[in-house]
Amino acid sequence: MTFEELKGIKDRYIDARKKELESGMITVDVHMGTCGIAAGAREIFQILGGEIERLNLENVRLRVTGCAGLCSMEPMITVQRPGEAPVKYGKLNGEKTREIFFSHILGGHPKGGYAIGRGLEKPQKRVGME
Amino acid sequence: MISSVSKIAYCTNRKCKFRKAIDVRALLGEALDELGGRDRIDLVETECLISCYEGPSIMFLPGGKVFQVLSEERFTETLKSFLEALRHPRSPFMTEPRRDGDIPGIENVDFFGRQKLIVLRNRGHIDGESIDEYIAHDGYLALYKTLTAMTAEAVIGEMKLSGLRGRGGAGFPTGVKWEEARKYRQFPKYVICNGDEGDPGAFMDRSIMESDPHAVLEGMIICGHATGAHQGYIYVRAEYPLALRMLRTAIDRAREKGFLGRNILGTGFDFDIDIYPGAGAFVCGESTALMYSIEGKRGMPRIKPPRSTESGLWGRPTCLNNVETFANVPQIILHGGAWFRSIGTKDSAGTKVFSLTGAVKNVGLVEVPMGTDLRTIIFDIGGGIRGNARFKAVQLGGPSGGCLTEKHLHLPVTFDSLQDAGAMMGSGGVVVMDDTNCMVDVARFFTQFCVDESCGKCVPCRVGLQVMLEILERIIDGRGEPADLERLEKMAKHVAATAHCGLGQAAPNPVLSTLRYFRDEYEAHIREKRCPALVCVDLLRFEVDGEACKKCGLCARVCPVEAVTWKKGEVAVIHRDRCIRCKSCIRACRFKAIG
Repeated sequence: MTFEELKGIKDRYIDARKKELESGMITVDVHMGTCGIAAGAREIFQILGGEIERLNLENVRLRVTGCAGLCSMEPMITVQRPGEAPVKYGKLNGEKTREIFFSHILGGHPKGGYAIGRGLEKPQKRVGME
Repeated sequence: MISSVSKIAYCTNRKCKFRKAIDVRALLGEALDELGGRDRIDLVETECLISCYEGPSIMFLPGGKVFQVLSEERFTETLKSFLEALRHPRSPFMTEPRRDGDIPGIENVDFFGRQKLIVLRNRGHIDGESIDEYIAHDGYLALYKTLTAMTAEAVIGEMKLSGLRGRGGAGFPTGVKWEEARKYRQFPKYVICNGDEGDPGAFMDRSIMESDPHAVLEGMIICGHATGAHQGYIYVRAEYPLALRMLRTAIDRAREKGFLGRNILGTGFDFDIDIYPGAGAFVCGESTALMYSIEGKRGMPRIKPPRSTESGLWGRPTCLNNVETFANVPQIILHGGAWFRSIGTKDSAGTKVFSLTGAVKNVGLVEVPMGTDLRTIIFDIGGGIRGNARFKAVQLGGPSGGCLTEKHLHLPVTFDSLQDAGAMMGSGGVVVMDDTNCMVDVARFFTQFCVDESCGKCVPCRVGLQVMLEILERIIDGRGEPADLERLEKMAKHVAATAHCGLGQAAPNPVLSTLRYFRDEYEAHIREKRCPALVCVDLLRFEVDGEACKKCGLCARVCPVEAVTWKKGEVAVIHRDRCIRCKSCIRACRFKAIG
């Protein structure tokens, strides 16, 4: 692999992500480290996946990411709607997840009561590739 | 206007149905017949859409706009005007205010806002199975820089400048170790990543391997370049199946992209990594025992010198570092050693990841600059003690560490700062205890752990710890004698001074530190045959203190064997002939009237 190829992967990824957000794609990260799975993250993932499939939605993408760090609030998800700050939710169960799914993920109204915080933990500062 | 809708989801929640007996599905059917689109639009049932106040709701998909069905009358017309109004930005139907305001920015959430992320920078943010995502977050850029623009000496120089010290707990300067491993001109050489995280209450390495496995690989490849090794091994506990899976996937992806294998990035440098799942012995976290384990021998520490950098795995020069140490490396290469050194304290540079557990409100992974004091970690980030209990002690560094008290909370946490107080930072496990913990019992727990995990090679650890455990058990059983404390202390110091490896030398720390700071609890156990924290069952009398009892009867209600009798307005009585000493009543009593 050459430098150009490395840079190409990075640029393509950032570009694709930008396009995805522009096209209105909503992403939902389910935090599935061992701690999250033990707390029930797999069930949350299945509920969200089931709803997306049942409603045949093409504008919601479910992702698996690692532990977000706050074990006592597991299971956690992060909802990112295009043009809005991502919202982290914690201490979820099936019912709360469904509420968030309809109210925030589809409806655009974040559920303040279940949310932990808004925004990225630390804005990712990328190093310029020269 | 209805052309942009492909589905209409309608709420079938019973609450709404009872409030307004409206058949939404029938109404929708009629409306769609009239407005057109009956054949194109799916009607699907949903759970509660929450946005309702007075009647069932329907949601238009995609888009997610919600409409409330308040009345059956003129439904089609209302729906039509709703859909028309939606096309205008300030739709009167979107009356519910956005509730973003209630959600604090993550930087204002105590747990997240006070952390500084270097190792955990990608946590919860990238998919560990996707190498492209890692590359998009500056992944393998440091590797590219080292292989194309830096000599091995320059990499080592940068590591030495950074002041990075081994994150496994010993705190040996990483740059110096790499330099030593480079010095020996014997081949092949090896790089080993120690992922055998065994301390009770420690889980930071697991989280790093699970959420950002490529960072560990990248650090190892850079180490290979710096030391002249071409083969790396990751030793991970088999109890971490997800970490194993993520690492295996990461290695496969890295091989496909040419970051591992022959001629990496076209620079002619070869390096590959394999995984060794450990069978779960605590002692195999010790570097020499770990290497024996990889060789297929019994995991036992050996006498040093020679150091592993001179004669390690299969007698070859071997550079072994902890998971967290390797995860720091790419960031140091990218941002420079001076940048890393500017974080933390003079002798302990950078950040440290702590796994904060126990009686705190916010249990989780905390990455803060070295030198952050314990109070900030436990009370500001951890949110203090859960429930109504009070802070009692904090145990750092797993079974090798000591217990510290409230008066030590101002101490900064670095590699060297806690030694005078009888504790150590160790690998980063922070177990917080409240006043429901008996410190004698805590000392017994950790001693039991070390007895179970002792490899048995040297006498002080194999026999000495066993003697200590017997004394502790005697004290807990109520058979303790005043001379026991002296015996215990003498034996503990003896083991600390004479055990062969670091694990044995540090194993008496929990006993020594609790003897130092909680001697009164030991005394109460021995002289008064009383456990102040009401933990040690054999020292409990199961009697109700008539003065403290508020006659609420809660104890009688929770007793599983009906051994407590209580009448309204009277002090409860525990019948010891029926009591099974399960402590349910003690836990239930809010006035500490049972002891």
